[in-house]
Order: sequence, then structure tokens, then C-alpha cells
Amino acid sequence: MQSVATLETPATDIAIDVHGLSKSFGSRKVVSDLSMQVKRGAIYGFLGPNGSGKTTTIRMLCGLLTPDSGEGTCLGYNIRTEADKIRRHVGYMTQRFSLYQDLSVRENLEFVARLYGLTSPRRAARDMITRLGLNGREEQLAGELSGGWKQRLALGACTLPSPKLLLLDEPTAGVDPKARREFWNEIHALAADGLTVLVSTHYMDEAERCHEIAYIAYGQLLTHGTVQEVIAHSALITYTVNGAQLNGLQAELAGKPGIDMVAPFGNSLHVSGRDEQALEASIAHYRARSDLTWERSEPSLEDVFIELMNRAQDNFR
Amino acid sequence: MSITPRMAERREPPFGALRRTFAMLVKEFIQLKRDRVSFAMIVMIPVMQLLLFGYAINTTPRHLPTAVLLQEDSDLARSVLKALQNTAYFRFTHQVRTVEEFDNLLQSGTVLFGVEIPRGFERAVRRGEHPALLVAADATDPVASGSAMAALGRITETALMHDRVAGDVVPPPFEVRAHARYNPAGASQLNIVPGLTGTILTLTMLIFTALSVTRELERGTMEALLSMPIRPVEVMMGKIIPYVLIGFVQAALIIGLGTSLFGVPIYGSLMALALLSTLFITSMLAVGYTFSTLAQNQLQAMQMSMMFFLPNILLSGFMFPFAGMPGWAQWIGEALPLTHYLRIVRAIMLKGATLENLRYDSLMLLGLTLFAMTIAVTRFRRTLD
Ligand SMILES: Nc1ncnc2c1ncn2[C@@H]1O[C@H](COP(=O)(O)OP(=O)(O)OP(=O)(O)O)[C@@H](O)[C@H]1O
Ligand SMILES: [Mg+2]
Repeated sequence: MQSVATLETPATDIAIDVHGLSKSFGSRKVVSDLSMQVKRGAIYGFLGPNGSGKTTTIRMLCGLLTPDSGEGTCLGYNIRTEADKIRRHVGYMTQRFSLYQDLSVRENLEFVARLYGLTSPRRAARDMITRLGLNGREEQLAGELSGGWKQRLALGACTLPSPKLLLLDEPTAGVDPKARREFWNEIHALAADGLTVLVSTHYMDEAERCHEIAYIAYGQLLTHGTVQEVIAHSALITYTVNGAQLNGLQAELAGKPGIDMVAPFGNSLHVSGRDEQALEASIAHYRARSDLTWERSEPSLEDVFIELMNRAQDNFR
Repeated sequence: MSITPRMAERREPPFGALRRTFAMLVKEFIQLKRDRVSFAMIVMIPVMQLLLFGYAINTTPRHLPTAVLLQEDSDLARSVLKALQNTAYFRFTHQVRTVEEFDNLLQSGTVLFGVEIPRGFERAVRRGEHPALLVAADATDPVASGSAMAALGRITETALMHDRVAGDVVPPPFEVRAHARYNPAGASQLNIVPGLTGTILTLTMLIFTALSVTRELERGTMEALLSMPIRPVEVMMGKIIPYVLIGFVQAALIIGLGTSLFGVPIYGSLMALALLSTLFITSMLAVGYTFSTLAQNQLQAMQMSMMFFLPNILLSGFMFPFAGMPGWAQWIGEALPLTHYLRIVRAIMLKGATLENLRYDSLMLLGLTLFAMTIAVTRFRRTLD
């Protein structure tokens, strides 16, 4: 159904539909052959290590970068030829704070409102200030706000012109947990109103708040789907080990046949591998130890991602 | 909910371009207002430059240090020296006894002039022997010594005329080149104030806009701006218009101070002056903005502006007479807005020229402005590629 969507008749239930996007800077291929579909009204999490090409992909989606190859639509508009129309309906929150630091909260919002031709920029700005809970700070310079407030303001600025799609590039980086939760409540409220949200993040808890996620490493989209699908698809077998002297155990287990990954999680150790038989064989000796308790568990999202990244590293380096 | 975007876009309200330009303009004004230092510069640069050029850097310097080798103490000798001092060009700082001392002072640069009154000077004059009154000048800086040399012959002559003894005396033989023949008072401000109006505007306008786009790039605000529906022309107009007003205030300040402090006249129409000044200001802003779209960072934009500013100073006729320049230099000069503006201001202020007289220079100014704007709009990159 989704793949039938062509440029001429945009499927109304798909907000982002791109195929084979590639982008190089100089000789470095930063995004290669990336395809993704995002349903309207969905919150789509975009994850991947530093430098994996998340920002680059988002920029291609809103016409800020021209893909070297690949095609696609954003809200039904061709990302190569209709960037002007995309701009009008997409709110892009940049990774780096990009409002005017020497303008006050109110002035920044009024600037955006005027640019988009809202009928009453002053009222729109005032309403948004109330909605953001920034009352009393409206005359404060944007550059003087704390990190959390800056991010809120930036979100407010890009939702002000009532976009149909939000592209949020690490909107909660450096934001405290409470503010982060409020931020996400806001994102869910927006999505409930029918807005599509593509959000990049490094936080696993945030990934779990998304309807769907995609993981990108070295410019390649490695997996996508709901969190459950991604975990299931990884085919990773994970054991959680509890006991004393886990530090020594970690060093001993790492690198044994069938053990792809050993990672400490608080007071326990996650031991994962994709080859069940080899894994069982390698840990059999340790399972007999009385000072350790072994428990088969679901891999965490983090286990899955790190394992994917390790594998990708082997393939692309 | 399922309203297609293609239908929604028809709701685009009217006057979109004007509205977006206005949004940009308001933003630029606020930012300028917040930037106290820049704001102070708008007033400080013209006032400081005008006062420096007008008072301190006087191109007809006076009270130059002079040594006197007085080998005779006669009435005539004293009245010659007094006459010299009265020209205000010479200030007698040293009185020496020997020719060596005299030469030494000149050579070391302690004095710029040396006056030698020879022994038997008065008697020789009375006898009509045309004795030589030696004035040695350090001519390494012709600007410094030129006017004084020019004044020398004439004024020594008058001093002798006033002297009773000199009824039948022929003036002593001086070889002095008369540089300031048409400017006996040496009032260089007359020419400098109109010229300064042009150069100060060039400098300030150029810098203001040269930094405007690169500043947004460096601060990271460009990424957000580019993701919003604003067109290159609108960005440009929004960034140029506030400074047209600023430039206008500066021009008024310079011309106002020039007329009140230095008595520079405005023979022509004030309206024509205002109109063409606005055009010139716009042209400089457009050039600066063009640099801004070409440069990668603020430093590069500054350097480009300086690269552009130098030939403006040298080849526009501000520093050297345009007519005296070689052909190739004149060609370059014709391509600089300042050249045309200098002709315009000088002609309107000092010669009372009308718009009709200045049609060629006005059209050139307009052409160069549009040229710069076209480059700026086409060079403005709408992506981050
Ligand atoms: N304009 C550019 N010119 C050259 N290289 C670039 C440019 N933009 C990005 N890159 C490179 O492309 C790679 C991917 O960058 P990108 O910003 O897309 O990564 P990211 O996934 O957003 O990383 P992060 O999580 O750190 O934000 C990086 O190695 C970066 O150095
Ligand atoms: Mg990024």
C-alpha cells in the first residue's frame, strides 16, 4: 500500500516517503541509500551514534541539503523541486539553538509569526508564550534562557505557524529529566492533534516513547519498526547475570565464541549473542557457578543498538 | 485532517513578499538597537573622522618648526622674520650660529625649514644688489612643505614693501612653486568635507551589511532562517532597508557638521543631495551584502570589504585628482560607486549642480547598485550544501 504512493498522487496517510537518499561531503559518504516512510500522525524516533547522518538526513527532508541521489516526498511535495512548499508546512527545530539570541522571547516568536504571515503576530506570540509557560519571561533575551527553556522556546517557534510535520533534531539534548518529560508530553499532545513528528535522539527512554523508531549508523538505516519489532528483529539472546565480582567476569566473557556483547547494567551484566548454541556453550561453565545467577531476558534497546553498531562497524570499516 | 497540502497552499495571504521583508526588517532593527557598540559607531565614526580630517589632519599644515641662521642683526632682517612668522606657516624653534648647525637640524628632521639671513643683507638690499634670502625646505613630504613654500615668496615680498627702506627695492629672487594658487587661504576642508561624506559612508555601510549574512551563518541562525519560507530578495531587502535610514542619518550628520564647523557651502538643492546620497548609501549596502553572501565567515567578509575599500580611497578621486590618473586607473574608478558620488556631492555642494547636470553619474550609481543586488540575490544560497 505504502510503496504504491507515487509523486503524482501523494498518499495522504504518509507524511515522509523517501527512497535511496545518498549524500556525500567531499569523498565521505555520510548518508547512503536511505529509505524511510513515516505515517501521518506518528511520532517517529530517529536514532544513531554521533556522526551517523541523522542531521544530514533531516536536512535533506526539508530541502536544506540536496541529495546526491534518491527521490522522495515530504507531505506529498517533492523534496528536490518543491522545497518552497515544504518550508511552509514543516517546522524544523535545529540541533544547535538557532533562534536569535539577541532578540527577546516575544520578539523571536513575533518574527516567526510575521514570516509565516499569521494574521496577528502579536497575539500568536502572546498565546504561544502562555502555552509554553513562559509568562514573565517574554522580555528576556533568548540567549539568556537556560538550556531547557531555550529548547521549549525553539519548539514553540517551530510549532507557531501550525506545521503539518515537525522535524526535531535532538530537541532534548542537555535538558533535565523533568523538563524532558514535559517536552515529550507536549510532543504527544501535538501528535494527538494530527501532527507528524520525526525526532532524533540519543536517549533510549525517549525511543520507547515513539510509535516507531529507525536506527542509522554510518549513513545506513540498519533497522526500523516499533520498539518490539526492532527488538524481535534483532534475534539477540540476552542473559542478565547477577552476583559478585562481575568486573572480572566481564573481561573473561568478552570475545568468547557466540558472545557478541557484554555490558554492565547497574549491578548486573548483560551477556548477548545471536548464535544461541555458541552462546550457551560458552556460558555453560559459568552458569554452574553458585555465586552467579543467570537469567534469560529480553535484550534492551540499547543492547540491540550497540550490537547493530558493532556489526555495522565490522562491515563498513 | 486529511486536507491535502496542495489545497492548503492557496490560503497564502496577500503581500507575502512585503510582509516577510517587514518581518526581517523589524528583526534587524531590534538587533541593531541591542548592539550598543555598533549603534555608538554609527554616530562616532562620522564625527570622529570629520573632526580628525577637518582639524588634525590638515593638509596645509601650519606652525612648522623652522631654524634661523641670522648673520646680521638689522631692522630689515627682523621685519623679514616677523613677516615669515605672521604667515603662521613658520615657527622659529632654533636660532643657530653656524652653517653646520643649520644643515644638521634640517638633515635630522628637527626642523622642516631653515632661513638664512646673510651678512650685509640690509646694505645689499639698499644698494639694489638683489641679495639672496636663503630658505631651505625639507621637501621630503611635499604636502607638509608645499603650502608654506608657496606662501613664502608672496609674503616676504609684502614684508619688504611695508618696510620704509624698500621703496625702490626689487623683490629678492625666490624660486617658489605656487601650489595653492586657487586656495590662498589653504582651506582644504572645503574639498574634504564632501569627499569625507562619501568615504565614511562607504566604510560604515560596507561593514554593516558585509557582516550581516555571515553573522547568521556563524551564529547558526541561518539554518532556521533557510528552513522558513523567505526568499533571497526578501532577506536582502530586510537587511538593507534599516541601514539606509542609518546611512541617511550619518550623511546628514557629516554634511551638517561640515557646514556648521567648517563653513562648507551647499549651493545646490538639498533634495537632490538627499536623493542621490540615499542612492549611494543603497549601492554601498548592496555591495557589502554581496560580500556577505560570498564570504564563508565574518573575517572573510571584513577582508573583502577592506579589499574593496582601498581602491575606493585611491582611485575615486578622493585622494588624488581623478583627471591626473592614468587611463586604466580611471576605468577602474568609473566602476566604483564612490567615484560618481564624489563628483555628485562636490558638484551639488560646491558648484550648485542640478540633477540634470549629474545625469550620467546618477545613472551609473543606479546601474552599479542594481548590478550588486543582482549578484547578491543570485549568489544567496538557499541550501547548506
Ligand atoms: N556541511 C558538512 N560538510 C562536511 N561534512 C559534514 C557536513 N555536515 C555533516 N558532515 C559530516 O557528516 C557526518 C554526519 O553528520 P550528521 O550531523 O548528519 O550526524 P548526526 O547523526 O546528526 O550526528 P550527531 O548525533 O552528533 O548530531 C559527520 O561526520 C559530519 O562530520
Ligand atoms: Mg546531528
